[in-house]
Parts: sequence; structure tokens; C-alpha cells
Amino acid sequence: MTSIPAGRIIRFALLSLGALMILAPYIFMISTAGKTQSDIFTSSLSLIPEHFYFAENFAKALSKVPMATLLWNGVLVCGMIFFFQVLVAIPCAYAMAKLKFRAARLMMVLVMLGLLVPIHATALPLYVAFDRMSLLNSYTSLVAPFTISVFAIFMFLQFFRAMPDDLIHAARLDGMSELGIVARVIVPNAWPAVTAFAIFSVVAHWNDLYWPLIVVSKQAYATPPLGLMYFRAAEAGDDYGALMAATLIITLPLVVAFLFAQKRFVEGITMTGLKG
Amino acid sequence: MSSVAVAGNVRSAAALHRRSEDRIAWLLAAPAIVLLLLFVLLPVVAVIFLGFTDFELGYGKFRLVGFENYAHLLTDRTFRRSLWNTSVYTAIVAPVSIVLGLGVALLIEGEPRARGFFRTVYFLPVASLIVAMATVWQYLFHPTIGPLNALLALVGIPGPNWLGASNTVLYSLSIIGIWQSVGFNMVLFLAGLTAIPRELYAAAHVDGAKSALDRFFLVTWPMLGPTTLFVVTISITNAVKVFETVKMLTDGGPNKASEVLLFTIYQEGFVYLRVGYASAMTVVFLAILVVLMLLQYRVLDRRVHYT
Repeated sequence: MTSIPAGRIIRFALLSLGALMILAPYIFMISTAGKTQSDIFTSSLSLIPEHFYFAENFAKALSKVPMATLLWNGVLVCGMIFFFQVLVAIPCAYAMAKLKFRAARLMMVLVMLGLLVPIHATALPLYVAFDRMSLLNSYTSLVAPFTISVFAIFMFLQFFRAMPDDLIHAARLDGMSELGIVARVIVPNAWPAVTAFAIFSVVAHWNDLYWPLIVVSKQAYATPPLGLMYFRAAEAGDDYGALMAATLIITLPLVVAFLFAQKRFVEGITMTGLKG
Repeated sequence: MSSVAVAGNVRSAAALHRRSEDRIAWLLAAPAIVLLLLFVLLPVVAVIFLGFTDFELGYGKFRLVGFENYAHLLTDRTFRRSLWNTSVYTAIVAPVSIVLGLGVALLIEGEPRARGFFRTVYFLPVASLIVAMATVWQYLFHPTIGPLNALLALVGIPGPNWLGASNTVLYSLSIIGIWQSVGFNMVLFLAGLTAIPRELYAAAHVDGAKSALDRFFLVTWPMLGPTTLFVVTISITNAVKVFETVKMLTDGGPNKASEVLLFTIYQEGFVYLRVGYASAMTVVFLAILVVLMLLQYRVLDRRVHYT
């Protein structure tokens, strides 16, 4: 013990203390999800529930919240957003990076401007437009505004610029069309950028509450954050057991994905350097 | 080879090729351009225009009112309160989460063994559904049955009504904000730290920077310049955009003590449906983002030319 320098012990202690504070909400979430109502009221500091009430709380959460619908909506909406973002951004970024494109500079200005504008700034006119077209409460309204990601264009642009031109020249000599080059040469080689962007995009839209809250007012189209909000509003009271169980179920998918693909997640976030 | 005719042919063939390449480029970029116009540029123009009208959803007609909405904003107590609260929240969350993020990154960088574990733990909130975690925080902050006040009671301190009292609600929300963003900043700083060449530390050592603090100020801090600027901008922007926790936990209350910019815009535009007035607020919000970006570019031009 004496051989370990004091500096290391202090460092380890500080890190552990901080980690404990970060983990505390998770610990209490799991513990409270297993407590009875009376348990919650009397002994909030004991982490092990007196009576194991997990099954009951989860059953209550699952019966009150259409969890399968929520998760399915979340997957569907995030999946479609990601699909369209990539489909639209990759050809555009390729044209800007690798073709003699006279409007490339203008496009760059548009992209930089676009980076500045969050959904919160465009939400009002979009809402009015979707309302006029009777598109509120639909997957279209949830997905459409995000099909264009200037951020994706920006990121793929950086990535494509670093790709060797020879690769493309060789494909052209083989007689491939430009679209063929994008599909069969660029996309397979852009895989690291695509995964990084996937993580960024999914985290951002899985978590988004603002836009779904605006365009959706029916359970059937609710995404996980919105569904949880409904559940909380309906169950208002202090039924924290069931609420924590619901919270746990909804948080789990992304956290598990993160734990499995940690390295990719961290890479994705540092590479994209942005958050929802 | 040197024949003029051939050279001319080659040149016109090249020009032809260039023109067809330009056309293909336009085609490839067309979907992006159309969507960009439709979902970004047009709405921004529309929001600026709507800010000069008294448009309300549900009423067919509207008229131009010039700067009336903006004049009204100046005296609107809710809006002023909201701007002030957003500033306070940002002034707490951004600096604290940046300093803590840097601190944790430095500690983890020096930690040989449990590094991966700590990085995972600190990053966990970034990957968690914030709306869900906000609900957990609400329980932690509960004045009577919450663990936090139970803990305080153990040491004899009467716990405050965290989210329920107008003098503490903003700080409670700030705690959640900090908890959520420390890990994100840490990851960015860690990336910046790994990019610093090791030789610089050796050189600093030779130059007499013996203590860890000397090395930090001589090498780490200046080399982290670009990363820090980036983290600062992102942190401020994200703090200005606080919405989820407010909507979920306080609805701007009690007594508008936690009204923040996006929440006020949401309330005006999508609950009271006063689209014109909310658009004027949105323009102010956009102006803040533009100013932040311009500031970033200015600093970028002046100082951080290290890489």
C-alpha cells in the first residue's frame, strides 16, 4: 500500500466520488423501480427494497404505457430520419467534394448557414404548414423536417475530401456512372463516417422532445420521450415505483446500445462533436 | 501531340466533360438543395416575416404590424424574465460543466487502470434519455420523500423544496444540466488531450517545468485552445437551448421562476398559438445564436492558432 503515491490515491478518490454522483440517479432509478409505495414513502435512503416489487411496478408501467408502440415509433422515426439524411447528404457531399461543381462554394455557404439553424427556429412556420396540410399526427411530420441534415453534408464532405481521387478515377475508367460510383465506391468506403453519423443522429432524435411535442398529440404517434411525458402527466401523483419502472424501460435501449458499442459511441460523438 | 488542332480538340473535350460533370453534380445535389430550401431557408425567411405580423393560428386573416411585436417584447415581463433565467442558467451550467469536464478528462488521462470504466460512467448521461432521467431527478429532488433531502436530514440540514420553490428551481435545473453535460465535455477534452504530442511534455520538463501545474499551463492549456473554444461554444449553445427538463419538471414555474427562452417560445407559439409574437421571440433566439457564432469566429481568428 505504501508504494502507491498519494497523488494516485487522491486522483482515484476524486474520480470515484464524481462517478458516484453521476451514477446516483441510475442507482435510485433501479432501486425505486423495485419498491412498494409505502417503501418509497418511508425509507428513501435504503437502496435494497424491503419487498421486491419489481414485477408489479413493471407490470403497472407496461399496462399503462403502450411501451411496444412507443419503442416501435422511436425506432421507426429514428430509422427513417437516418435513412433519408444519409440518402440525401452523401450524393450532395460527393458532388461538392469530388466533382467540378460550380455551385460548390454557394452550397458551402448554405451548409454553414444551415448549421446555425436548429429546429426550434424553424418550428413555427413548419408547424403552420403541416397544420394547413393536415399532416399533424403523422410519421411524415415527425420525419420530414429532419430529412435534410446540413451537419451530415458537412461531415461527409470532410470525409470525402480525404478520400484518394485515384479510387474514383479508376471506377470511371471502368465505365461506372457517377451514381454507380457513389453507391459502389463511396458508400462502402465511407462506413466509419456513416456509423459515426448514425450514432449522432439516433441519439439526437431518440432524445428529442421539442418537435414531437409540437406535431403529435395522439398516443399512437408518440415517441419514447413524449410517451413518458404522457404517462407522467396521467399518473401525476407520487407513484414513483411505476414511474421509475417506465423510465428504466425507456432508457434501457440506448444505454445498452451504448455499453455494447461504447468505442463507436465515443468516436461518433467526438467525430461529430455535436449533441442534439 | 504538339498539333494545334489536337490541343484544341482536347481542350473542348475537357470543357465538355467539365460541363457534363457540373450537370451531374447539380443532379446529385438537387435533393439536398430542395430540402434545404424547403425545411431550413424558407422557414427562416417565414419566421422573420411572421415576426412582423399579428398572425394567430385559427384566425384566417393577419396584418403587418411592423415592429410592434418587438416593441412589445421589450416590455413583456415574461419574456424578460425568460431571457434573464436563460442567462443565469447558462452562466451556471456552461462554466461549471466545462471546468468539471476538463478536470475529469485530466484525471482520467492520468489514470492508468480504471480509465475505460470511468470514461463509460461519466459518458452515460449523454447516452441516456434526458426526459427519462429528468423524471428520476424529480424523485431525487422531492422535498418530502426524495433521497437528497433525506440525506440532508441525516446531517441535520433542512432540505430546500428544490424544484418547487422559486428561489431554488433554477439552481436545481442547473444541477441536472451540469450532470448531463460533464461527460460530453470530458469526451471532447479527452480527444483534445490525446492529440497533444508527448514530446512537448518532455521538452517542458527540460525547460524546467517540474510540477504538474507548470506543465499544465505551459503545454496542456495552450495546446487545448481549439478544443476549449469548441467546448465553450457548444456548451453555451446547448445551455441556451434548455427545454426538456423545464417542460418535464416545472412548466416554467413556480411563478415563472424557471421560464426559459425556448419554453416561452413554445408556450406562446404552440399553446397560445400567437404565432406572430412567438416568431419575433424566435428571431431574438436566432440572433443570440448568430452572435455566439460570430464571437467564436472572432476568437478563432485572434487567439487559438496553435494547431
